[in-house]
Amino acid sequence: MTSPHDRAEIKTAEILTAFTNGGHRGVVVDSPPGAGKSTLVGRIAAEIATAGDPVVVVAQTNAQVDDLVVKIATRLPGLLVGRLSRDGYLPPPTVLLPNVQIASRVDDLPDCRVVVGTAAKWAQVQTARKWPWAIVDEAYQMRSDMLLLIVPLFQQMLFVGDPGQLDPFSPIDGERWAGLPWDPMQSAVAVLLRNNPDIVPHELPVTWRLPTSATRLVQTAFYPFSEFASGTHDGERATHVPTVGIRRTAVDEVIDLAAGSGWGFLELPHRNTLRTDAETVAATADVAVRLLQRGTETSCEQAPGGRRLTAARIAVGAAHRDQVAAITRALRARGEIADGIRVDTANRLQGAEFDVTVILHPLSGRIDATPFHLTPGRLCVLTSRHRHACIVVGRRGIPELLDAHPGTEPVHLKDFIKFPDGWEANQAVLAHLSNHRVSALH
Amino acid sequence: MTVLTSLAKALAAYSMTPQQLTVYRHLHISSKPIVIVPLTLAGETNAPLAAMVGPDRARPTLIVTRQPRDRAERIEFAGRLASELLFPIETAAQQTQATGAGPNARVRVVDAPQLWVPNPAGIEFVRTLGRMTRLRFIEGPWAVPKKVRDLGIWLTWFAEQAEFADTGALIAATQAIAAVWATGQSDLEDGNLAAQMAWLAPPEGMDVAAAVSRAENPQLCPPAGPSTDPTFDRLFLEPALRDLATARTPAAHNAVHRRLTAMVEEQMRPTWELVWTAIDLLRDVPEAPRVPKRWEQQRDRFTSFHRYVADGGRPQAKRDSAGRSAHRLAELEQRMAAFEAQRAYDDPLVIADHRLTGEAFAGHVVDVDAARRVPGLRRNVLRPMVTVATGDQIHLDVGQHMYDPARNGQQAVIESVIETEDGWRIELELQNQMGSGLTAKPGSVPALGEDVTYTSVTETFVRRRPWPTRDETPWTHGGPPPDSTPVVEDAAEDWS
Amino acid sequence: MSVVDERLNALRGAAPRKPHNARTLAALAANPGCRRRTLLDAAGIDKGQIAEGLGVRISIGQMSSIAIARGKGFEAKVKADGCAELLRLLREHIGLPVPEVHYHDLNPADADDRITSRLRRSQRALQASAESNEPTGTLFDHPILQLTVNGVQVRIEPDLIAFKLGNQFFIVEIKSFAILDGTADSGKVAAAAQQSAVYVLAMREMLQTAGLDPAMVSDQVVLVCPKDFSNHPVAELLDVRKQLATLKRQLDRMESVESLLRLLPPDLSFDPRLDAAGRPTRDPQELAAAIFQVTARYSPECLGACELGGVCRAEVSGMVPVLGRVVREDLGGIDSIKEAVELATGLREPDAGQQQAADLLRRAYGMREAALGAVR
Repeated sequence: MTSPHDRAEIKTAEILTAFTNGGHRGVVVDSPPGAGKSTLVGRIAAEIATAGDPVVVVAQTNAQVDDLVVKIATRLPGLLVGRLSRDGYLPPPTVLLPNVQIASRVDDLPDCRVVVGTAAKWAQVQTARKWPWAIVDEAYQMRSDMLLLIVPLFQQMLFVGDPGQLDPFSPIDGERWAGLPWDPMQSAVAVLLRNNPDIVPHELPVTWRLPTSATRLVQTAFYPFSEFASGTHDGERATHVPTVGIRRTAVDEVIDLAAGSGWGFLELPHRNTLRTDAETVAATADVAVRLLQRGTETSCEQAPGGRRLTAARIAVGAAHRDQVAAITRALRARGEIADGIRVDTANRLQGAEFDVTVILHPLSGRIDATPFHLTPGRLCVLTSRHRHACIVVGRRGIPELLDAHPGTEPVHLKDFIKFPDGWEANQAVLAHLSNHRVSALH
Repeated sequence: MTVLTSLAKALAAYSMTPQQLTVYRHLHISSKPIVIVPLTLAGETNAPLAAMVGPDRARPTLIVTRQPRDRAERIEFAGRLASELLFPIETAAQQTQATGAGPNARVRVVDAPQLWVPNPAGIEFVRTLGRMTRLRFIEGPWAVPKKVRDLGIWLTWFAEQAEFADTGALIAATQAIAAVWATGQSDLEDGNLAAQMAWLAPPEGMDVAAAVSRAENPQLCPPAGPSTDPTFDRLFLEPALRDLATARTPAAHNAVHRRLTAMVEEQMRPTWELVWTAIDLLRDVPEAPRVPKRWEQQRDRFTSFHRYVADGGRPQAKRDSAGRSAHRLAELEQRMAAFEAQRAYDDPLVIADHRLTGEAFAGHVVDVDAARRVPGLRRNVLRPMVTVATGDQIHLDVGQHMYDPARNGQQAVIESVIETEDGWRIELELQNQMGSGLTAKPGSVPALGEDVTYTSVTETFVRRRPWPTRDETPWTHGGPPPDSTPVVEDAAEDWS
Repeated sequence: MSVVDERLNALRGAAPRKPHNARTLAALAANPGCRRRTLLDAAGIDKGQIAEGLGVRISIGQMSSIAIARGKGFEAKVKADGCAELLRLLREHIGLPVPEVHYHDLNPADADDRITSRLRRSQRALQASAESNEPTGTLFDHPILQLTVNGVQVRIEPDLIAFKLGNQFFIVEIKSFAILDGTADSGKVAAAAQQSAVYVLAMREMLQTAGLDPAMVSDQVVLVCPKDFSNHPVAELLDVRKQLATLKRQLDRMESVESLLRLLPPDLSFDPRLDAAGRPTRDPQELAAAIFQVTARYSPECLGACELGGVCRAEVSGMVPVLGRVVREDLGGIDSIKEAVELATGLREPDAGQQQAADLLRRAYGMREAALGAVR
């Protein structure tokens, strides 16, 4: 049997061939969480550039662009890499490499073999140039209307993205376009696949991030039609938490449980609350801080001998910005130890990776679910950022809430149907968490 | 909806009195609104049965189809409605003024028509009637009068304008009322104009509770349409239609038609009155400062669309092409963002909403460095620093752009956020609107001790390349689609 | 008869049984957490009659006689001449390679044709067809199906056609709302999809019971509607996989009627005691007291989906749920409108669980007063 590494290599070669052999104008690559998406983007860009052709990379946020610029410039020390930016952009120090040029007009980067910029920036570019190659990263986060503006700039295009993440958003009710094959509210990939049914997406076969304990669940709950495997085997990733002697609390218990099994669900008593429910927020902060206080160690393929879990390797995720603000304050109140823990919304955690994550369940304390809370991408992002363990905090009653949720969403003819359904995905995750539950008594 | 709205609803339910959601009215109200109360025949796709229409509350024009199932009669109905609507449209278009002095001045109508319908279903009626008539031919075997096709083009324009958050062209009374007042019932119940108005203007001598319960009885308060009450259909309309179909002589037909006219008038009249009462109530609410500017833009849109129609512009396509979809979505988003920002800048209750969600804060200035300068590209530039203390709960990060409603949206960037014992201290670097001199022009920098408000909402505008035309539709969107010019099949389209 | 059936019959009393149909089953999705509705539907109780007995009748899904007549005319047109028009649609719009077709009429033979015998006849016909390898297509007009709901066999009499082609059964739904330029009312399409999902599931259950492959029933449903403004039919495929998954899970997880019954006194009855003219005679207060023993889960959406909507709204008058789901969530678990207002205005001290919501409401109230006061 081939190793995960070999399988990933074979796939990468396949994708490179499909892209460069002059077949269809578009190639799509679906990537599960942590399957080496940006590595793939960097590598393909580097290979084309090395072969002598100019290539453009399109990303969705400035942070993604900076990250890709560094990756690609490091791979190509002898070639110039351009960073297309808005006026007044201040590059972070990491981007200031000798072979990186920064400009707000693409015609000011004539010597750059690779030019990287956000989709929004490419949509403003005024140029007579047409590039033979373009790679679009996080293509599922991009709305399809953006494609209309950038596609004319490029000949052959490679779209890489994670279909399980959050769909692009608009405050507009897009009912008038529902069912149209070019519905501008849909993601770029959804639209281009609908209009080009002969394009069959490639799938990256290995998640290097998710531990074996998470791969199965994430796959069945959020990627029901994909097959990917964990790049590590059972036991390769381990979390060790020194035992506490006396006064072991529910927080300690859930940490121990998650250290052993990769999952923990700290369940608070049932109550309908505001979404910034102080008790849940406090419990979430407690778990994050307690992980550090107890001197948690992780061992993995990167550090087989084990290493101390640091604040920077922990993320706390929530659905809403006010929840993030409340947790941030709660962590600050717990002193310096919490400095460096990333607290953010699912939206902003997309693409990021940590060793341990602590999640405030989006449905905790609610009376009803809304489409916002049921979006499968939201829960998918939150439960697929970790390399070792994920601890969910929430109030009791979420399964009952889901069971009582009315299934009466409007249906449009010929609409894009996306699987999994958020309700199903939530049920699947909860069913799994119910086996890793610790009750917190307040 | 936000906590402030929810609280207002609770207060309304508790006191049995409607509660204001905004201090101002953010909708322009025409001095001569045109109200349309439509009724359609159940079971068919937008088969017009009757309409009460006009700019005069006391003298509505009543249009009742002579046979709702007959194609020619439907065209006739559309023609009569066209006579009512195209005249005010033309009248408005004829009175223009220059947008300013100088070579770039354009022409703008002095006033634009404004249509009112009872509810969102009324807007849907306008849209569908527009679709039904705009693709017809005005010559050849299936010809309809030109005014019918023109009506279709205009109704479609009004319905499309109604999709914009800041619309002033076609308004549903229930939505206009709900934008200003919370009642003590749910949004769903507010969708019934009679039930909603029972809170705002209960009949003489009736309390709100009794008025609401009366409003929910379709026999006492007929539905605001376009769908009719099923009981009315069974007891009155169906027999009348049957008699209409079997009337043998013109006299008999006329007699039945008079009966039909009387009964549908009875169904429409209460709604007609309610819409006018709603307009009067809204007119009494003070207008927000930025309303005239928005109405000016709406007049521009009307002016330019009128020119398009006058120049023989093609009727709107059945569905948006790829480029058209993207263009429209961008415009919808842009106008919504601008409207939201303008409302917040104008209205203390709207800004309070943003403060509660942590996207705005109000406080007082505790420190000012008005003369502060930082190195710019060529020379030092003026960047005053203002420190504000607030008790609001904020969820804002360093680097966030904020805007000062009191200074026409002056931009400031958050430099630091520090939690204090009783709230937050926020340092802001002012960015613009201070004049071009070395010192800030008077009043452009908040003074020490001044009460200030900052919000993160702004009228964003992203400049992009133009969207592709139909012929430029890229491969990702299926390439260029077939032409959308109406074809013979559209003109011959069955309508029964 | 099982104990559960006996108790359900006792709840219903002498009132005639109102059986589930695909519409009521699909409507379960509107508020699956409502115990009151679950129980009354399971007992076959006419909720409209109960509402009338309580003097709070509201009209739900009442269709205009004019619309019904037109709908019937449309269906007849599609089905005329052995479904000739339908077959054309299947060929031209759906692209099915339909060859020769048998037409199998499962409509009642006469007024005395009992539903049980029709059910048996339908099952025999559908199963025989499922087992055969005939290449010809077959249309089954008006079959009777049944589905297990809360452990009870529910018969449904779908107004539909099942179409078998090769190894696949398709459900054909004929609806009278229009498809205009390829779009249709999304609420009506959703309702059609939910109902079709009930049919698909029922047919699959039947095949499975007969030891046949349930996957023979396609999860793509054929929807036939009038085109644009005309009376000519047009067909569209409707993907009901999501509705099927939702329905299946809801049926699986629905609180069993048995466990609901366990919570109720054994002599409870919801019988409105109809007189000869079908008017309820039972004392409304007594009837209300009986009904209120089973908890409801009211939200304003019920007013458009359940005959008891008005009853439940009156029951929770003065409570936050009458203001809608969003308000309920915003007020952070405070149930009474009076309490919410008193917490906001500072007339009431919050208990421990209300502190946070009270703080927010007070802040909101203060801002509201300040904003309104500034311009007063």
